[in-house]
Amino acid sequence: MLLAKKWDRRPRAAADAGRHRNHFLWMGSILTGIMLVLILVGYVWTPYETTGMSGTEKFLAPCLAHPLGTDNFGRDILSRIMEGAGSTFFIALCVVLIGGIVGTIIGCLTGYFGGVPDLVLMRVCDAITAFPSILLALVLITIVGYGKYPIILILGILFIPSFARVVRGEVAKERNLNYVASARLMGAGHLRIIFRHILPNTIQVLLPIAAIGFNNAVLAEASMSYLGLGVQPPDASLGRMLSEAQTYLARAPWYALFVGLAIVVMILGLSLLTEGLQQRRRS
Amino acid sequence: MEPILEIRDLNSFYRQGGNAFSRGRTVQVLQNINVTIGQGEVLGLVGESGSGKSTLAKSILGMTEYQGEIIHHSRRPQMVFQDPYSSLNPAFSIRRIVEEPLRIYGKYTPAQRKQRVEEMLQAVGLGPEFYDRRPAQLSGGQRQRVSIAAAMIVRPRLVILDEAVSALDVTIQDQILDLLMRLRREYDLSYLFISHDLNVIYQCCDRVIVMEKGQIVEENTVDGIFDHPVHPYTKQLLQAAQ
Repeated sequence: MLLAKKWDRRPRAAADAGRHRNHFLWMGSILTGIMLVLILVGYVWTPYETTGMSGTEKFLAPCLAHPLGTDNFGRDILSRIMEGAGSTFFIALCVVLIGGIVGTIIGCLTGYFGGVPDLVLMRVCDAITAFPSILLALVLITIVGYGKYPIILILGILFIPSFARVVRGEVAKERNLNYVASARLMGAGHLRIIFRHILPNTIQVLLPIAAIGFNNAVLAEASMSYLGLGVQPPDASLGRMLSEAQTYLARAPWYALFVGLAIVVMILGLSLLTEGLQQRRRS
Repeated sequence: MEPILEIRDLNSFYRQGGNAFSRGRTVQVLQNINVTIGQGEVLGLVGESGSGKSTLAKSILGMTEYQGEIIHHSRRPQMVFQDPYSSLNPAFSIRRIVEEPLRIYGKYTPAQRKQRVEEMLQAVGLGPEFYDRRPAQLSGGQRQRVSIAAAMIVRPRLVILDEAVSALDVTIQDQILDLLMRLRREYDLSYLFISHDLNVIYQCCDRVIVMEKGQIVEENTVDGIFDHPVHPYTKQLLQAAQ
């Protein structure tokens, strides 16, 4: 009887420990960590020069010298993925920062003050989201031009509504709570109330939105570069490389495979990481 | 007794159904209110829901449109709200919530602020273990103590208690009432005590005004109201409370 009790206890303790382990957080940290290490190392050192071509080493399959093989110009794919992931990451980060900061400011002001400006700006947001974003991006590209920095600006603008809408909703909800009234009674100004009192309470919704936005930005950069409108050759970006790889899908399938894998790791890692962080916040 | 707040011929309104294109229609909530609150007095304000109690409080604090005169003989009055759940900023620590009025007011060094915050929290019976907690980690009574500390740290002369103990258990209610009465003596405060609970009003008020449909129907000392109610509405309220 005693012995049975002892036996019972151990698996239960193990199960309890397992329930609190946050798998999302672990997996996300590992994947994102791998990606970040690749990117950061890529900024200072790559196994081969990223634009170094070689006529004799075209379409090499993965081997010891080129772990991920070489592309149509004989360039090392691993080196180019390291550089390309870096520029994709940079672009996505800038896009989320632009969209997030501008969107949050717009959302805060319209949600708090309401009235005619709120009505007008929200309809503008509706109009922007009503268009397919690729189409809108193409229109803006014809105005601004293409390349790495114009793409950041354009995608940043396109990402504003998603942030503005969510923040506006949250602020409009929080505005009516008594802690806002009591801050006003203490003589706090509107800007102080908006940014010091209300904004910290929208972080819970802002973080996941930023994470989803980042993933969308990675994909958007990839599609823009895939269309040849983003990062220009010979510079590498994941989308740019994917578009090149498509042409040689039959001849060098590992090219598309590894680039696609890099995109998957980047997005999956960050998604899992934010999911894990949210889970930790909840518990 | 010197008045700390005088209200003369107050008519108060709110807008209904306004949107970006029209201003909506105005509804009159308060009609010809005349009230004086004396220095150091606890004035009870009773009436059923919708009788205009909270609107009167909001008018005093300048949060509604009104006509008439509201004469303050002191600095900004402060208010303690009914719901201790929504009246504290969930993103702030207790220390920060109580410190915020001082920050807004300015003129204090961080060290002075820290000292006053800790004194104030001590005064409402919250020890150092609470300083860095969030409102969500506190019970209703503890939260109401924090609200009281935040309202009183700027040393107002008049504090409006809008159903300040109504959301609490009876035992916690007593503790908070004791605290409020102690602070009143220590800081020489006047209270406008809004409640629908006549027992609470009886316990702590000097004078009582009774409101019905936006008008004051009776005004008397607390003993006068409870022993000899004149207006039928007051009698009705007293009967309902027994």
